[in-house]
Amino acid sequence: MNLVIVDYKAGNVQSVLFALERLGVQATLSADFETIKAADKVIFPGVGEASSAMAQLKSRNLDQLLPTLEQPFFGVCLGMQLLCQHSEEGDTDLLGIIPLQVKRFQTDLKVPHMGWNQLERLASPLFDGLQEQEHVYYVHSYYVPMSDYTIAQTSYPEPFSAAVQYKNFYAAQFHPEKSGPAGARILKNFLAL
Amino acid sequence: MLTKRIIPCLDIKNGRTVKGVRFENIRDAGDPVELAKWYAEQGADELVFLDITATNEERKTFAELVRDIARHIDIPFTVGGGIGAVADVEVLLQAGADKVSVNSAAIRNPQLVEELAKRFGSQCVTVAVDTKYTEATGWKVYARAGTVETEHSTVDWCRHVTDLGAGEILLTSMNNDGTKAGFALDITGEVAKAVSVPVIASGGAGNLQHFSDVFQHAHADAALAASLFHFREMGVPDLKQYLKQEGISIRL
Repeated sequence: MNLVIVDYKAGNVQSVLFALERLGVQATLSADFETIKAADKVIFPGVGEASSAMAQLKSRNLDQLLPTLEQPFFGVCLGMQLLCQHSEEGDTDLLGIIPLQVKRFQTDLKVPHMGWNQLERLASPLFDGLQEQEHVYYVHSYYVPMSDYTIAQTSYPEPFSAAVQYKNFYAAQFHPEKSGPAGARILKNFLAL
Repeated sequence: MLTKRIIPCLDIKNGRTVKGVRFENIRDAGDPVELAKWYAEQGADELVFLDITATNEERKTFAELVRDIARHIDIPFTVGGGIGAVADVEVLLQAGADKVSVNSAAIRNPQLVEELAKRFGSQCVTVAVDTKYTEATGWKVYARAGTVETEHSTVDWCRHVTDLGAGEILLTSMNNDGTKAGFALDITGEVAKAVSVPVIASGGAGNLQHFSDVFQHAHADAALAASLFHFREMGVPDLKQYLKQEGISIRL
């Protein structure tokens, strides 16, 4: 399988590469238009701040390419948020692939939402083999609200989208590459889509 | 529900774990990767690796080690020790660390915290704070591995670095560290209340109840211990079972 990780200097791509390596899968890191377009599957990681990540994508014309992709695509953490329309973080216009808004947590609880929290209402082959209430690792201050595209939810304290799917675009707010065996299973499930 | 985190801390010197770690079922307990894998399997929620080596040459070894750890473990980890500049952090994050912890450098140059948060995001910037109480001074922040008293009062300092962009505070009470008499509940509670980011309590863990106390009475988000786990005085699975029974939100 020709698996490409989008490398736009705004992500901890190394952790994702290593997680795939533990599954016995070699992935290619690339920011190249043609390479990404030709991939069987694409993983889109990201940590950091939304507006600088968008600037990095634009400088590589990836904001034009990514919405046109038709192969299975997996956005992780900031990579999930960037697929949406707009973020409160830096009042940033995003890729606009999924018609959703990214909001900042307004809560008395600690922000960032950091640590292991539970997945509920699993509704996708992405979660095959996982139990309800499975713990996964989160670290984020902004979130995607519940929507028609939600395929798993987590509460902090209100339910939000732990993962979404829109056409071929899958995305998770948590870090499967850092979520122990449960996370490894999710990555494996994505590779099997 | 978000769970409280249990974090074993490993001190690293010349690429090896120190503190006389002894385990029967690990081939090489001095090998940080072996030990980290073992802790991950035991249910540790995160790990912290502190580089206590001195020279720049040895620090390069540390970055290679970080890469090796990232390759093999599937839970988050923080690295710290001697980080002084943005470039140090870049190397460690690129090697696969999830977070870095800065301590003395933040005291020397608080703007570093802001730079790191802007460049890499608050989520990967932990500020480690060593604090000590005396009747005369109250809880003061100490620099250089706890050897130099600063002018900063602990709560004000934690607030300040949070405003600058720290995403987490690792608070170590020097009065409690090594005593096994329990965490410093008062200052941990005060800091947890004063800042909006998660607080890791460190120093003083000696028994199971100390952990439930720091979570329930001081509202810590995570608790860190070293020798208690390394010398197998307490197992991570036993600790987590106990906390669960105490009604604390825990990942089993």
